[in-house]
Amino acid sequence: MTVLIYLLPVALFLGLLGLAAFLWCLKHHQYEDLQGAAYRALTDDEPDGN
Amino acid sequence: MSATAQQPAYTLGAETALNMGCCPPGQLASGVGRLPAGPLSIPNADPSSYVRRKADGTFELFLIVENMTCPACVPDIENTLSKLAGITQARVNLTLGRLHVTWRDADFPAELIASTLSRSGYRAIAYDAAMLDRLEDHRDRRLLRALAVAGFASANIMLLSVSIWSGNVTDMGTATRDFFHWISALIALPAIAYAGQPFFMSAWEALRGGRVNMDVPISLGVLLATLASVMESIRSGTHAYFDAAVMLLFFLLIGRYLEQNMRGRTRSVAANLLALKAVAATVLEPTGERRSCPAEQLRPGMTVFVAPGDRIPADGIVTQGSSDIDASLVTGESLPVAATINTPVYAGTLPLTGALEISVTSTDQDTLLGQIVELMNTSASAKSSHALLADRAARYYAPAVHILAAGTFLGWLLLGSGGWHPALMSAVAVLIITCPCALGLAIPAVQAVAMGALLRSGVLLKSGDGLERLANVDAVVFDKTGTLTLGRPELIAGTGYTDADLMLAARLAQSTRHPLAAALTRAVPALPHAVPVHETAGYGVSAVIDGQVVKLGSRLWCEVPDTTAADSDTSELWLRKHGYAPVRFSFRDQPRADAPLVIAALKKLGMRVEVLSGDRIAAVTPLARMLALDAMTAEARPDTKLTHLQALHDQGQKVLMVGDGLNDAPALAAAYVSMSPSSAADISQTAADIVFRGENLWPVIQTIRIARASKQRMIENIALAIIYNIFAVPMAMAGWVTPLIAAVAMSGSSIIVVVNALRLGWGKQEAAP
Repeated sequence: MTVLIYLLPVALFLGLLGLAAFLWCLKHHQYEDLQGAAYRALTDDEPDGN
Repeated sequence: MSATAQQPAYTLGAETALNMGCCPPGQLASGVGRLPAGPLSIPNADPSSYVRRKADGTFELFLIVENMTCPACVPDIENTLSKLAGITQARVNLTLGRLHVTWRDADFPAELIASTLSRSGYRAIAYDAAMLDRLEDHRDRRLLRALAVAGFASANIMLLSVSIWSGNVTDMGTATRDFFHWISALIALPAIAYAGQPFFMSAWEALRGGRVNMDVPISLGVLLATLASVMESIRSGTHAYFDAAVMLLFFLLIGRYLEQNMRGRTRSVAANLLALKAVAATVLEPTGERRSCPAEQLRPGMTVFVAPGDRIPADGIVTQGSSDIDASLVTGESLPVAATINTPVYAGTLPLTGALEISVTSTDQDTLLGQIVELMNTSASAKSSHALLADRAARYYAPAVHILAAGTFLGWLLLGSGGWHPALMSAVAVLIITCPCALGLAIPAVQAVAMGALLRSGVLLKSGDGLERLANVDAVVFDKTGTLTLGRPELIAGTGYTDADLMLAARLAQSTRHPLAAALTRAVPALPHAVPVHETAGYGVSAVIDGQVVKLGSRLWCEVPDTTAADSDTSELWLRKHGYAPVRFSFRDQPRADAPLVIAALKKLGMRVEVLSGDRIAAVTPLARMLALDAMTAEARPDTKLTHLQALHDQGQKVLMVGDGLNDAPALAAAYVSMSPSSAADISQTAADIVFRGENLWPVIQTIRIARASKQRMIENIALAIIYNIFAVPMAMAGWVTPLIAAVAMSGSSIIVVVNALRLGWGKQEAAP
């Protein structure tokens, strides 16, 4: 069972990675216009100016 | 580059739903994020007063873009603006209907943004972003962060807890279990400290104010469970409640987020509506220069210029020009009145036929508008007496939970033999098991589902409790002009004129904005060519056709002999060809097409239906008779409307007021609950609890039905919670509830109430007939 000593931190680290990714998205306004983002994916030309 | 939808800007099959309901200007349907086309053009306010300088030296401007509803609009707007020299970024938020533009050069003319967009067919209005949404946005994201942390923590702790539970019935060693407990503690303690803050703060506020709210038992339960679990871990006990404490936070945060999100979304749509209606004034400087400024910056003594079709921004006296003025939103009177030099005019009214220069006499509080606002603020007290279902339940729930927990603790301490330890653990179990998920999660879920359904059908719920109050309504009071009727006159067909007369009149009528003339042109299917006319405000128009003078206008203008009886019931327009007898066109403000149906449906629901109008008795009576209303009141001033509603309130009636005019605003604020069409004056929309879109009244029925259904769901959910507690609480008091049972019971009850809430959206929506 000593393998748990490695496995648990690894599992937790992966979970934290997901949490950090979510918080990063939130901070960078990824969830503010879900409707618009869905449509942006369908357009060919990249909106320039970014 | 044009902004029309025909442009194949996307690669998916163009015949898909994507290009349906697209955005050629003016073509607007009801739906989320779509704004009604106002009956009037609003001047493009000079946006430069809203430009902000950012920390990095660039400039930014937020705009609300009307009729931006389709996928093709996004790249269209962004690309069009990016091509302007100097723009560094243009970003559309389709959900909110807003646009964010940044540029580097201080000399960049901000008006260029709005004018470029208007050439592409979009109407953009700048707004003050700082004022509008910084606060709510901040709170929204904070909750979402807390939710993410709680979600992460509860998933990982549950992973460990499941191992412990299965370990407890198999061969897990004490050392491993303690290790798992400590890891759980390591995750749970920071997570609770962070994600629990919304509850702890609100509970602390309540306690400091000497009150008890729902957050008090929640905070107490979470804190005690954590504390007891840490102690259990120290003495290497079998049971720790870390999972329950974090899961409780997670579920309740979901409810809190739903509630917040729902409120934020409505507020942003409502804010868009109001910002689009915000009046910009054109100030005439003494030097003769014209400058645009927000209406609130006007001071007495300033001279403003008002073009026909633009709202008058402040009370004042006409100094130049003459025009017919449409005051229907202010007084409910459906006929325009003439204004010339030295006539006083009121803010919110609309010059129809000519441009005016107005010397401002009073602003803000002193205006007629300000007085109506004052009346409205003092009358809103009737509403505060209504206690929300959730609050009423919480008032009994919180003390009951505390008494039960305290009783359990004392009972075990005095009667049991195990000392304080089992007593504390049982008390904690009671606090956890009575988790108010039904109140904290199910009621916001019901509201969110109901609001989503309403938004889709073009109904905007402005106050969260509006729906609950609407469910209790037993009487409906309608305003007439603009609510029961369309608020504009329509030609009464076939009354003493020939088709040739109508065609001739339509040629003249096209060149003027007078509402009767507009009604006349609407009545002609194929419009003939317009002729250049000479217009005299307050009288009519004249033109020369084939060398003959033709006049269209009032009875005086067309020199109608006095012997022709006037009809007080209808409005009239006369046509006179030189050398012929005058011809009369009669108009009447027609009821909305579905008004009789809606009244009948309301009566079927057991409501008493009344009309309460500021218009003349002669105009109200036939309508009341035609719709078979239970009662009618005419010629009511804003304060009479108010006293009428208060009288109904004193009789114990719960009144839904439906109105659109400025004169309805105090009554809307005083009514038990109120609705207003989106064509209403902005002040009325502010006062109303619910705003509905479109030409029909049917949303009133639909909203009442949804309100009743959602109240039903809320009551069911509270009943479910009570039943669940009847079983679970005795078990907890007896000390049988292990962390496993607590977790299963808690998530089980939460899922049941949420599913019950979602059921509201499953039923088929009854379409408007």
